[in-house]
Amino acid sequence: MKIQNPEERANLGIVISGSLTRGLDVKLDASVSVEDMAVGRYVAIEGERHRFFGMITDVSLEIVDPRAATVPPDISDPFIAQVITGTTTYGKLRVLPMLTIGGDAASILEGPKSAKTVPSHFAGVKLASQRDVELVFGAEDEKRFYIGTPLDMETKVCLDVSEFVKRSNGVFGKSGTGKTFLTRLLLVGMLQKGAAASLVFDMHSEYGWEGKTEKGHKVKGLKQLFPSKVAIFTLDEESSRRRRVSTDVVIKIGYDEIEPEDIELLRQTLSLTEASAQAVYQLARELGDRKWLEAVLNLSDDDSKQLISKLNIHDSTYRNLRRGLENLRRFSFLVSRAPDNSVRRILEYLDRGINVILEFGRFDDFAAYILVANLLSRRIYAKYRENAEREMGGQVAPSRPLVITIEEAHRFLNPEVSARTIFGRIAREMRKYNVTLLVIDQRPSGIDSEVMSQLGTKIICLLDDERDIDSVLTGAAGKSDLKSVLSRLETKQQALIFGHAVPMPVVIKTREYGTAGSYKELGFLEAAELKKKAEKDIEDLWTS
Amino acid sequence: MDTGNKIAEVIEASSAGFTAQCYKLDEAPPLGSLVKTQDRLGEIYGVVYNVETHSLDPGRRVVARGGNVKSEEDIFRDNPQLARLLSTDFKVMVVGYVQGKSLHHYLPPKPVSIHSFVYTCPFEEVRTFTQSLDFLNLLVDVRLPMLIDEVIAACLRYASQAYADPQPFLVKAGKELAYLLSNDTRRLSSLLKRLN
Repeated sequence: MKIQNPEERANLGIVISGSLTRGLDVKLDASVSVEDMAVGRYVAIEGERHRFFGMITDVSLEIVDPRAATVPPDISDPFIAQVITGTTTYGKLRVLPMLTIGGDAASILEGPKSAKTVPSHFAGVKLASQRDVELVFGAEDEKRFYIGTPLDMETKVCLDVSEFVKRSNGVFGKSGTGKTFLTRLLLVGMLQKGAAASLVFDMHSEYGWEGKTEKGHKVKGLKQLFPSKVAIFTLDEESSRRRRVSTDVVIKIGYDEIEPEDIELLRQTLSLTEASAQAVYQLARELGDRKWLEAVLNLSDDDSKQLISKLNIHDSTYRNLRRGLENLRRFSFLVSRAPDNSVRRILEYLDRGINVILEFGRFDDFAAYILVANLLSRRIYAKYRENAEREMGGQVAPSRPLVITIEEAHRFLNPEVSARTIFGRIAREMRKYNVTLLVIDQRPSGIDSEVMSQLGTKIICLLDDERDIDSVLTGAAGKSDLKSVLSRLETKQQALIFGHAVPMPVVIKTREYGTAGSYKELGFLEAAELKKKAEKDIEDLWTS
Repeated sequence: MDTGNKIAEVIEASSAGFTAQCYKLDEAPPLGSLVKTQDRLGEIYGVVYNVETHSLDPGRRVVARGGNVKSEEDIFRDNPQLARLLSTDFKVMVVGYVQGKSLHHYLPPKPVSIHSFVYTCPFEEVRTFTQSLDFLNLLVDVRLPMLIDEVIAACLRYASQAYADPQPFLVKAGKELAYLLSNDTRRLSSLLKRLN
């Protein structure tokens, strides 16, 4: 570990007022410059019986005599400047107390608890030491995954992955703020700690084999790092082949697998009217649940006319519907009957603990994404549900937790459709059936607030739209303080994490991903090393 | 503790201060300097806040005598009685005392005894006394016929000479003043300007 900077433990100041909800006011010592402070940093407060752990959420300038503001003292004289700093003029910090660490041995063993009171007047405030941070966020172990470091510190902030996967979670941030990198890290974390199997709907084909940084450097995807634990499924074999990605399974979906609900979900994407979305149900009833789509697409004009007059569907409605459905024809992964049951294949892999990444290749538009993600998830979820019910009956072992990763989540989870999509249900019903979501989105305000409130852990990169910020912070303690922290995140490599998997909100500098060193830290073995390891394993086998 | 030079004698005393008469005309300690007296219990410290030279006989006014001489020294040479008829007094505000081995920065239980000798304080003693600046509290609020801020500034300038590096002491003293005068920035600024 790096040698501690002696300044880290220097006294910052004392608590002068405040409250648990508003945060504490800390008067800075004269020796500490306000310019050295930063929102998002941690401080430790020595109360009488507890140590408090908090985060700086605001820095302000204070003046004792208001007249000094109108007739400022002559600070060009260094002596005067030195004298008045910290006395008649001083810096003030707003600190949100988050956790308490008890003084006795028992409470140290119990670990930090969320703060339910405030330290007494004039308690000393220090910058948190590396040890404090370690005590709070724990060291990396079989459950905790190192996700990044706090600002200006070398200590690791670890995410409790086993807690993380128990609930649905969200990664939010403007485009280009590092959501994809963070998600990749989270996926690696879940994979490494074996806490859950992942199913990733990889819209832009960037998680599986290879991704790109903003600057155009290539970074390894999950399959390259953990070839035996990751399988790449593709909807577009040609695109995968062009990109030289070794895929495991090519997914085909039969028209017979598409249900009227799926089309209803695509209403906006396919620009269908309300009436034509309703007409789908009529058609399905008439033509049969499994056959209706193919039948409608292949209807001749005459047959169509007969049909719509029989069902009393308006001609323009029908034409609107037909035009929308014609869009589906360009999806070459849709076939009249799928040769293989794609859901079963995915489940086979997931059951073996292999993470499945479904690449969309050239079908990276919303229509394909929403259709496939919803259709597959619905059926996978049904299987998990069935299994969970059997488990309750004591017939089978509990299935391994599944985390489904979806991008552009507001398309599935907006208030209009969230009640109808499977994702809305998964988010709401949480972990009853061992399936949770990892939603990635750049417009969190578009997501149904009911779903938002169910997310366990939120990881937020820079957001600057007021509504987006409000929606991600709904229900968070110290919302207004977190808001100021959030809007001051750097555009790159910084994120605010709060919720179930971390003991308190934390701003991190995201862990490195993309360099040879970082791959190695994540457990990636180069070919030569892999060979050496295999040889050693064989040797061990014979000698033991 | 090393005793300083004996320079004067107490001729008037009260709880808060005393007046001392110098043994030599015009040889009063500087304004703001730290002086002490000693009694049975220990030293009593004070800050010189006013120096005055006047005729010993209140009925006889001092008159100008130098009309026909070249230098001021000639006046005293020609009128040797003057040194006996005039006297230099100084007024001292008590700021602390020693009892046993402990130094207190507040008023002693009893005023100084009349006719006690008054000594200057050697620098070492000044340093010891000014380790704590609590005595400034006594100074800032006092009401005097003259401007107390001049005395405070003089006192701190004088005390700073006792330090090899006066700056840190002045900054510390300045900060103490800033706390005491936090609601009066104008007074503080003018005081600080006098310190540097």
